[in-house]
Amino acid sequence: MFNFGQWTTAFNNWLLGIGVADWLTVLIECVLIAVAILGVYTVLALFYILYERKLCAWFQCRLGPMRVGKWGLLQVFADMFKILIKELISLKGTDRFLFKLAPYIIITSSVVMLACLPWGNGLQIIDWNIGIFFILAVSSVGVLGILLAGWSSNNKYTLIGAMRSGAQMISYEISLGLALMTIVVLAGTMDISTLVAEQENAWFIFSGHIPALIAFIIYVIAATAETNRGPFDLPEAEHELVAGYHTEYSGIHFGFFYLAEYLNLFIVSGIASLMFLGGWMPLHVPGWDGFNMVMNWIPGPVWFLGKAFFISFIIIWFKWTFPRVRIDQMLAFEWKYLMPFSLANMILMAVCVALGWHF
Amino acid sequence: MNLLCEIGNGALSITAVLTGLGLVFAALLIAKLISPKSYSVKKAEPYECGIPTRGESMIQFKAGYYIFAILFLLFDVEVVFLYPWATVMRSLGVQGLLCIAIFMFILILGLAYAWRKGALKWE
Repeated sequence: MFNFGQWTTAFNNWLLGIGVADWLTVLIECVLIAVAILGVYTVLALFYILYERKLCAWFQCRLGPMRVGKWGLLQVFADMFKILIKELISLKGTDRFLFKLAPYIIITSSVVMLACLPWGNGLQIIDWNIGIFFILAVSSVGVLGILLAGWSSNNKYTLIGAMRSGAQMISYEISLGLALMTIVVLAGTMDISTLVAEQENAWFIFSGHIPALIAFIIYVIAATAETNRGPFDLPEAEHELVAGYHTEYSGIHFGFFYLAEYLNLFIVSGIASLMFLGGWMPLHVPGWDGFNMVMNWIPGPVWFLGKAFFISFIIIWFKWTFPRVRIDQMLAFEWKYLMPFSLANMILMAVCVALGWHF
Repeated sequence: MNLLCEIGNGALSITAVLTGLGLVFAALLIAKLISPKSYSVKKAEPYECGIPTRGESMIQFKAGYYIFAILFLLFDVEVVFLYPWATVMRSLGVQGLLCIAIFMFILILGLAYAWRKGALKWE
């Protein structure tokens, strides 16, 4: 497998070789990383906005954006510039500091999560040995931003939206954590790059028998709720709450919530792709050597992104298939069904691993 | 394998955090520079579907959310405790499994109690 790490090592050695001081090398590399994160973040957000708009148009037998550019490809750029030149309305009675702090928290948590995802062998920025745990921790910081946004806006709709969102995100986080823990039990490590490397011969969804499959289904449901999408979009139920917790934000302030929402969609899909579907590892079928060789030719990042976009497609599909749930149904579903079920599933996986029933 | 093993994960995390903060700051700065500004009393009012807002909005809110937040605290801490066990599960073997089964039994008992008491009912 090609290791992208050798490029960066070569670059580092070249910088040191031409006589750049140690601290300056680190600084240059950090700045380059920051630029790379910004670029990836923006491109992904733009891509996802178009992806969702096109998909939801096709689900409803429409064409979607078609006027700006070929097949409406430039529509998102037009939207981005429009949102940038809109007025930032300052409101009466808001808690100014918290109102302005909320977008910082939301964007920063999604940027840090994005930096944790490996796109290929060695193509990763932050690589803690507790990787998946770190991502879970950072994702719960995002809830804070939403609660602050709703609370500080001095609007009853935003308050209800934020409360619903808080209740929903903290509830489904437990199922999310337990579903991911099922895979940690199977793999015996929390380091994401090691987790992916262990899936070389068989992706965890195949090698983990039935518990891994159930965990995958639980994960996708919980991830849909975590990103406030699909049937669980009651924090921003537009028929009841105008726009939920970001009603009072205008211009680019609103744009930040919009960006973070789409990035979170990519991040949860990316985690599913890494933990269950083998990340950058190609699809291998034991015994089919020719097929495996063809699959090896496809580069790792393409595999990772393909799987992530596939999961996003499923999550977007949910939204246009299932009607929105009520808040009591949403909480009862998590606490009475999903959470006990994912706990039982995790124990089942632990028994399987302890007795050696896995591949 | 890290992208840059020469730089520690801590420095990289700080870089990512600063990038996020910088992104918001820079975008806000650009928006402030090129966006129009105007003020009117009506525009600064909270938008509640056009009807003038009544009463205070930053109020003490429904206690039902609070109960779920407490339950979340219990079970999230449980998840935090289970992660280290999940990592070393293989080397602990069946004995570790039995020990964690007792831990989980007590927690499930707690969930059953909350359920029986009606804490999971939304009203």
